Amino acid sequence: MDYLKVISDHADVPGGILQAFHAVQAGLGYLPKEVIAEAARVFKISTADAHGVASFYSMFSVNSRGKNVIRICESAPCHVAGAAEVVAALERELGIKMGESTANGLFALEFTECVGQCQATPVITVNGKPYLDVKPAQIPSIIAEYS
Amino acid sequence: MAEEQRIVLRNYGKIDPLKIDDYIAQNGYKSLEKARAMDPKAVIDEVKKSNLRGRGGAGFNCGQKWSFAYQAQADEKYVVCNADEGEPGTYKDRLIMENDPHTLFEGMAICAHAIGAKKGYIYCRGEYPYIVEILKTAISQAKEKGVLGDFDIEVRSGAGAYVCGEETALIESLEGKRGEPRFKPPYPPSEGLWGKPTIVNNVETFANIPVIMDKGAEWFAAIGVPSYPGTKVVTLTGDVNNRTFFEVPTHTTIREVIYKLGGGTPGGKKFKAVQIGGTSGAFIPESQLDTPIAFDNMSAIGATLGSGAVFVLDETREIVDTVTRITGFFEHESCGKCAPCREGTARCAELMEKINAGLGSQKDLNLLEKLGRVMTYSCLCGLGQAAPTPALSTIKHFRADYEAKFI
Ligand SMILES: Cc1cc2nc3c(=O)[nH]c(=O)nc-3n(C[C@H](O)[C@H](O)[C@H](O)COP(=O)(O)O)c2cc1C
Ligand code: SF4
Ligand code: FES
Repeated sequence: MDYLKVISDHADVPGGILQAFHAVQAGLGYLPKEVIAEAARVFKISTADAHGVASFYSMFSVNSRGKNVIRICESAPCHVAGAAEVVAALERELGIKMGESTANGLFALEFTECVGQCQATPVITVNGKPYLDVKPAQIPSIIAEYS
Repeated sequence: MAEEQRIVLRNYGKIDPLKIDDYIAQNGYKSLEKARAMDPKAVIDEVKKSNLRGRGGAGFNCGQKWSFAYQAQADEKYVVCNADEGEPGTYKDRLIMENDPHTLFEGMAICAHAIGAKKGYIYCRGEYPYIVEILKTAISQAKEKGVLGDFDIEVRSGAGAYVCGEETALIESLEGKRGEPRFKPPYPPSEGLWGKPTIVNNVETFANIPVIMDKGAEWFAAIGVPSYPGTKVVTLTGDVNNRTFFEVPTHTTIREVIYKLGGGTPGGKKFKAVQIGGTSGAFIPESQLDTPIAFDNMSAIGATLGSGAVFVLDETREIVDTVTRITGFFEHESCGKCAPCREGTARCAELMEKINAGLGSQKDLNLLEKLGRVMTYSCLCGLGQAAPTPALSTIKHFRADYEAKFI
């Protein structure tokens, strides 16, 4: 993707650096150094400040990661509904630990706090799309949707 | 006697949220028309008279807040909707935006008329990308119809930071910065977004406004508990048969919510505790279940109404384990700006983990209590101030559960 254009498209939006980061990340999957430096230039702040913004928010990643980001809610309602077993199933199925990405670059596993779908716990999201009342046995088929 | 009453969710299931004509057919945007024909001061007086108080957690009188921004002199003022909804166990704002986005816009536009603003922002949490799409579509329909007049609404996405629900952190985030709370005063109604007078209200607060304008302040003030009138949307999670949402008048008790509406705990297991208001709320024992779901009534028992989340635990649950997970939440979400919270949340989590692992003693518990008390008054914002509440309230009401874990 042409990140230079994406960032400059947001140049006139007051406080638009977050929205620019969202847009770039939607294409690249994370925020590489060059993106942060370019955003700093366009929004007229220091590179350190731009990096400070990128690293503050848990949805932004400054490191490269798997293309499909799987997040597991670990907030209390999901915790008591069995989130740990879903985590175990995901780690087993993908052969990686939480916080890691698969070697083929397809998947990243991350924890998240509540994603606001607490009527049907436990909940995971894949690229922001929620899956509700998740049972460990469903994990292979959910992963297959993105493989 | 516990019954639902739908004010903010009055159009739930009755309209297609992506068809503005459906909303208009339910008398939508009539209240805005009515407000615009009134003097701004009269609109504010009406909202004040209704005694509507904020639904985002702090319970501030809505009309009074508006009057501060009304009185402030400035070339520009802003209306900001807090749709950050990060409190675990809460999804009420999502329900409103997902099913009836125009009621939110109408509430915001009435506020804009009252305080003299032309620009509004909806700060929607990053975890709701599908809601952002609904809001954007609905805004473009409202623009096309011209119902909002010269009031412009823009949607912004957060990016996963619980603290951004705090109004000054939210403003910092809107300005494109790290979402760290500001020192107060000044408060947003005098100096908020880009230093201009700004009203920040919760989604549910705004959604009440069109109905108040339509039916009148007196009608509203007579619903529920007089000190916190109207309804509250509650979302039930954990060990309860009906894991769903209800909108109830505020005199409804916790017991009625859990047993009459929620259908009680499943599998014939006994009730143990309920945490109200989300993860930063207190755990409440059986003996206090007859408390109404209203702001001051909850404060009177040392709890908080918060977001209205209702998280039920049955007798088989380990309270200490659950609280340990919650202290981990605060350690993760502390923004790090002030030392009592940055350090305090980490030490709380450490102590809870130690106790939960069966390695703690009375000494650790005393330390945790002391640290928690210090945090409640020394932390800069509500996050750090409330962080020890789950631990402190469970130490108070369920001390034996802690003691059973000592070495
Ligand atoms: C850590 C923290 C998180 C908060 N999160 C939210 C939130 O997600 N939504 C919200 O409306 N208010 C939240 N608040 C309360 C806001 O600071 C503010 O009081 C509220 O948006 C005002 O709107 P209201 O008067 O309509 O309730 C939070 C406060 C704190 C301290
Ligand atoms: S109390 Fe915590 S979240 Fe609030 S400003 Fe201090 S460090 Fe940040
Ligand atoms: S607690 Fe997991 S989605 Fe809300």
